Amino acid sequence: MRTSSAIRSLILYLAMLIGAAVSLFPFYWAAIAATNESGKVFAKPPVLVPGSKLIANVVHLNDAIGIGRVLFNSIYVVVIYTVLSLLICTMAGYAFAKFTFLGRNAMFAVFLLSMMVPYHALVIPLFKMMAAWGWLNTYQALILPNLAYPFAIFLMRQNMLAVPDGMMEAGRIDGVSEWGLFTRIILPSVKPALAATAIFLFMFQWNSFLWPLIAVQNKEMYTLPVALSSLFGLSRIDYGQVMAGVTIATAPVIVFFLLLQRHFISGMLGSAVKG
Amino acid sequence: MRTKGYVPYLFLAPALGLFAVFMAYPIIYSFLLSFQTGAGKHMSFTGLSNYHRLFSDELFWTALKNTFAIMVIQVPLMLFLAILLAAGLNSVKHLTGLFRVSFFMPAVTSLVAYSIIFSLMLMGDGIINQFLTAVGAGAVPWLSNPIWAKAALILAMTWRWTGYNMVIYLAAMQNISESLYEAANIDGATRVRQFFSITIPQLKPVILFTAILSTIGTLQLFDEPYTLTKGGPSDATLTIGMYLYQTGFRFYDFGYASTLAYVIVVLIAVLSFIQFKVTGDEE
Repeated sequence: MRTSSAIRSLILYLAMLIGAAVSLFPFYWAAIAATNESGKVFAKPPVLVPGSKLIANVVHLNDAIGIGRVLFNSIYVVVIYTVLSLLICTMAGYAFAKFTFLGRNAMFAVFLLSMMVPYHALVIPLFKMMAAWGWLNTYQALILPNLAYPFAIFLMRQNMLAVPDGMMEAGRIDGVSEWGLFTRIILPSVKPALAATAIFLFMFQWNSFLWPLIAVQNKEMYTLPVALSSLFGLSRIDYGQVMAGVTIATAPVIVFFLLLQRHFISGMLGSAVKG
Repeated sequence: MRTKGYVPYLFLAPALGLFAVFMAYPIIYSFLLSFQTGAGKHMSFTGLSNYHRLFSDELFWTALKNTFAIMVIQVPLMLFLAILLAAGLNSVKHLTGLFRVSFFMPAVTSLVAYSIIFSLMLMGDGIINQFLTAVGAGAVPWLSNPIWAKAALILAMTWRWTGYNMVIYLAAMQNISESLYEAANIDGATRVRQFFSITIPQLKPVILFTAILSTIGTLQLFDEPYTLTKGGPSDATLTIGMYLYQTGFRFYDFGYASTLAYVIVVLIAVLSFIQFKVTGDEE
C-alpha cells in the first residue's frame, strides 16, 4: 500500500515536471537563440547553450527597427496606461461595490456585457474616429481607447465587496471626506487586488497588437509587438535578431510577473471564485 | 449608507465618459457601417446587401469553418488539460510555487512573441521536428499542410492558455469542501472516481465560465494566424478575425468588415447563450 502510493506520487511529480518543462522550454529556447547567430536556430543537433552573439543581434535589431525608440514607445504607453486605467477602473469598481444609486445594476450589466463584444467590432469605428481627429500615429490613440477596461472594473468591484462597510461608516463618523475614504480606507484594504489588476493592465497593454497595428503606421511610433511582426514579415529573416527582439519583448513581463505573482494569483483567486 | 447622491456618479464619471466615447459609440457606429458600402468618407446606405454578400462569399465560409474547427478541438482539449494540471497541482505538496509559476508563465507573454517562437520551432527543420524524428515519430509539415497548420495553431494556443485556465480551476478546487472527499474515501471511492464524481461536478460553474471565455477568445482569433501561418496554406488557417482585418485594412472595405464584426458578435452571443442553457438545464 505504501509503496504503491509512493510510486503514484513519483509519477505525479514526474508528470508535473514534464508539464513545467514544456511550459518553460520555448522561453529558454528563444533566449538561447537570441545569443546565437541566425543559422543556429535550425542547427542539428539543436543548440541549447548560450552563444556570444547577443550584442551583435541587438545591434542588428536596432539597425532594423530602432529598438531604443520602439522600447521607449512601449514603456511610455504602458506606464501611463497602467496608472490611469488602474485609477479609473478602481474608482468605478468602488462606486459599483460600495454605493447604491439609480442605474447601478443596469450600468454594471452594460459593462459586463461589453466584455463579450469582440475588439474587432470596435477597431474600424475607432480607426475612423482617430483618422478624423488626426490622432493616428499618436500616443493618445494608443492609450485612450482601452482605459475604461470592463474586466478591471469587474475585478476591483469583486474585491471591494469584501471590505466591511463598518470601516467606511467609522471613517464617515470621524469626518473623513469621500475621497479620503476611498484612498485611506478602501485602497489599502484591496492592495493585492490592485497589484493583480495592475499586472493585468500592464500585460494587456504591453502585449496588445491588433489596435497598435491599425492605429500606428509610422515606424517611429511602432510598439514592440508591431515592430517585431514587421521584422518577421520580411522575406529574408535574421533569426538571431528576431529572437533578440522576442526576448526583449518577453523579459520585462516575466520579471514583473515573477515579482508580483503572489499578489496576482491571489487576486485571480479572489475574483474567479466569487465571480 | 448616508452619502450625498452624486458621490457615486463622480467616482464613475471618468469610466463612463471613456466608455461612451470609445466603446458605446463605436459599437453603434460599427452597426450602422455594416449596412453601408463605399470607401473612406463616401459611404452610402445599401440596406442588407452586405449581409446578402456573406452567403455567396466563399472566403467567409472558409474562415467560419476554420474558426469552428479550431474552436471545437482546442477549447475542450485545453480545458481538460487545465483541470488535470489543477488537480495535479492540488495534490502535490512540494514545489507548488514553482509549478504554478511555470504553468502560468506562457499566459503572460505577448501573442506576437510566442507566435514567432512557435513558428520557428515548428518549421520543417525546426526543433520540434528534430525531436519528433529523434523519438521515431517522423517530421510533420506543420506550416505547409492545411490540416497540420490548424494543428500548429491549436498546439500554440493550448501552450499559451492552459495555465491561465488552470489557475482559475485551482482557485475553485481549493473552495471544494474537504468533507466531500472524506466521505468518498470512507465509501472506498478511488481517486479517479472522486475526480469525476466530485471535482468535475463541483467545478461546473467555473468550467462554464472558462468555456465561454475561451469560445469568445477563439472566435476573435487573430494574432496567431497573422504571425504563425499568415492564414495559409491556401487559406486553411484564415479565421474570421483575420478575414475582417484583411477586408477592413487591406481593402479598406469598412462596410463589409463591420458586417463581419457583427457576425462575430452574433456568434459569441448565440454560443454563450447555448452554453448557459446547456449547463443550466442540468441543475
